[in-house]
Amino acid sequence: MQSKDGRTLLEVRGLKATVAGVEILKGIDLTVRAGEVHAIMGPNGSGKSTLAKVLAGHPAYAATAGEVLFEGADLFALAPEERARAGLFLGFQYPVEVPGVTNASFLRLAYNTVQAARGKDELDPLEFDDFVREKMNLLDMDVAFLDRSVNEGFSGGEKKRNEVLQMAILEPRVAILDETDSGLDIDALRVVAGGVNKMRDPGRAIVLVTHYQRLLNYIEPDFVHVMAGGRIVRTGDKSLALELESRGYDWLLEGDKAAGKAVAA
Amino acid sequence: MSSTALQNLIEQPYKHGFVTEIEADVAPKGLSEDTIRLISRKKNEPEWLLEFRLKAFRHWLEMTEPAWPNVRYPKIDFQDISYYSAPKPKKKLASMDEVDPELRRTFEKLGVPLHEQKALAGVAVDVIFDSVSVTTTYKKRLAEAGVIFCSISEAVRDHPELVRKYLGTVVPQGDNYYAALNSAVFTDGSFCFIPKGVRCPMELSTYFRINTQESGQFERTLIVAEEGAYVSYLEGCTAPQFDTNQLHAAVVELVALDDAEIKYSTVQNWYAGDKDGKGGIYNFVTKRGLCKGRSSKISWTQVETGSAITWKYPSCVLLGDNSVGEFYSVALTNHHQQADTGTKMIHVGRNTRSRIISKGISAGQSNNSYRGLVKVGPKAAGARNFSQCDSMLIGDACGAHTFPYIQVQNDSAIVEHEATTSKIGEDQLFYFASRGIATEEAVSMIINGFVKEVFTQLPMEFAVEATKLLGLKLEGSVG
Repeated sequence: MQSKDGRTLLEVRGLKATVAGVEILKGIDLTVRAGEVHAIMGPNGSGKSTLAKVLAGHPAYAATAGEVLFEGADLFALAPEERARAGLFLGFQYPVEVPGVTNASFLRLAYNTVQAARGKDELDPLEFDDFVREKMNLLDMDVAFLDRSVNEGFSGGEKKRNEVLQMAILEPRVAILDETDSGLDIDALRVVAGGVNKMRDPGRAIVLVTHYQRLLNYIEPDFVHVMAGGRIVRTGDKSLALELESRGYDWLLEGDKAAGKAVAA
Repeated sequence: MSSTALQNLIEQPYKHGFVTEIEADVAPKGLSEDTIRLISRKKNEPEWLLEFRLKAFRHWLEMTEPAWPNVRYPKIDFQDISYYSAPKPKKKLASMDEVDPELRRTFEKLGVPLHEQKALAGVAVDVIFDSVSVTTTYKKRLAEAGVIFCSISEAVRDHPELVRKYLGTVVPQGDNYYAALNSAVFTDGSFCFIPKGVRCPMELSTYFRINTQESGQFERTLIVAEEGAYVSYLEGCTAPQFDTNQLHAAVVELVALDDAEIKYSTVQNWYAGDKDGKGGIYNFVTKRGLCKGRSSKISWTQVETGSAITWKYPSCVLLGDNSVGEFYSVALTNHHQQADTGTKMIHVGRNTRSRIISKGISAGQSNNSYRGLVKVGPKAAGARNFSQCDSMLIGDACGAHTFPYIQVQNDSAIVEHEATTSKIGEDQLFYFASRGIATEEAVSMIINGFVKEVFTQLPMEFAVEATKLLGLKLEGSVG
């Protein structure tokens, strides 16, 4: 385990949320401190991705109860772009394609917007090019991606690398990675996980949303949470993930199982 | 980033909607042979031109308004329009300093400099206010190169043989309902003649302004490029904000002889009506270029952002062997705007080539249609066409439609058509937002990416203006 400064970055209390009028999150409590890595696991429909989207501010999701503090301040008082500027990052499960907009211009606009909000220097296109190439090297990414439209025609693995690249560029305080491992073959998984590990920092927290224990072989979590039916039903350390791997989820679900299956998140 | 935030993006008010308080000489409403004689008399026209007008009018009387465009509007009462409006005094201007100061201020507000020393470097401007041309800049320098650039009224007076030779040869008087109306009542417009072998030393530009509430604007533009000549021509348009509709029915004719090239760019920003669809210009325009000579080239680039209704198909008739026609278009509609626009590429000569790049952007409750004809005649061996029609939808209350017509009568022709439709949706905007980028910037980035291919065809200053204009028009539009 890394050294941590132990400050609370994200505090979720009694969070409930709906999408299209259906309640998906039924009371989530979660405390994330600087330097920690949390893994959120659970079967399909348990609300993992919903939690990620509610925190980032997706307009289709509505928080109906509870509160979330981000570095001590009310997260829901901020618009989604303000959350990003304040240092909250969401790595998308399904990164969005933006035809006609080059990856280079998108990344630079994102970088400069966030830098400006933090009172730091912006980079011109040439400076940014040097900066981004270095980051791409770390992720074993071809620089040809800079000239292609954002995520357009990218393979699943390329899209996920592009997400991690964006995290590396924006240097968030809290990064939530929503199934960043899904759709990756074993080599890509190793590269992506390596990129995430390089982002581990005493001042930063990482929340991994994942189905599979295999990601946790590469990125070692401090806490593992199991979600089911819109709640966190069990929290443990990394050994919990291994136990899930051998025993499945059923032994944890019991009463929550029916509720969990009824919801398509 | 709810749909309200997106809504606000488009609701940016129209910045050119002011009315100039200037005394105007306005003809009484109504259309008859007497009206036409009045216009012709006011302009001291020769007899042949009056005959041209009357012939067109008689044609028009027998025609019916086209019903095929994908646009809806109440029937126009052609007797309720004034066909002539000119700012007073109408005396001949010897220099720019004699332009009415009120008029000069109008164009300064619009960002069109009338003083040559203040003018954009290398752009000559002809300014049309309601029915008449008020000034043309850089005349002397152009004359030294042998280029004639003046209002069409002046051309009729000073170069009648040229006007008579080419007027109506590309768009005949009876071509269509609005072209016939224009031929009968046109009041002014630009004339441009580039003699053999001359490369026009600067961009030529006409700036159109409708000011009077109940007048129509019917301008006529004629551009002739002789053998080996080249010209790049720009057209800009604005109008004040009225809650009634004004009719704009222009005709533009281009003629390119052997090896000549004409590049015609438009940034159309007529008043589009308010957000409930009240007011705005009906822009019913006929634009056509004739590639008359071998290896001639005509290229249309248009950025259509204004008007309540746009009905316009800048076309190329590729008569000369090896001639080339191009059409690059960005048409943006918002609120209740309607656009039915596109092009016609008529391949007549051998080895003629054409290229169509059309980008339609629809927002609000607007409707945007691309309508294009690619026709390859029996003698057009080796003809080649490529068409790309892309539509972008912003929000879910708007519509995009594509009506491509392809008629091929020669086996050796190759005609390609590609089309895509995309949508700026919640997910794209959320993706940008999650990277710190607010809706406005996201929309502008997506739109700029979408129109890039067309905007690179515009001259530099125009491209900058057009980019700003798109941003302005879309402020508040996504949902």
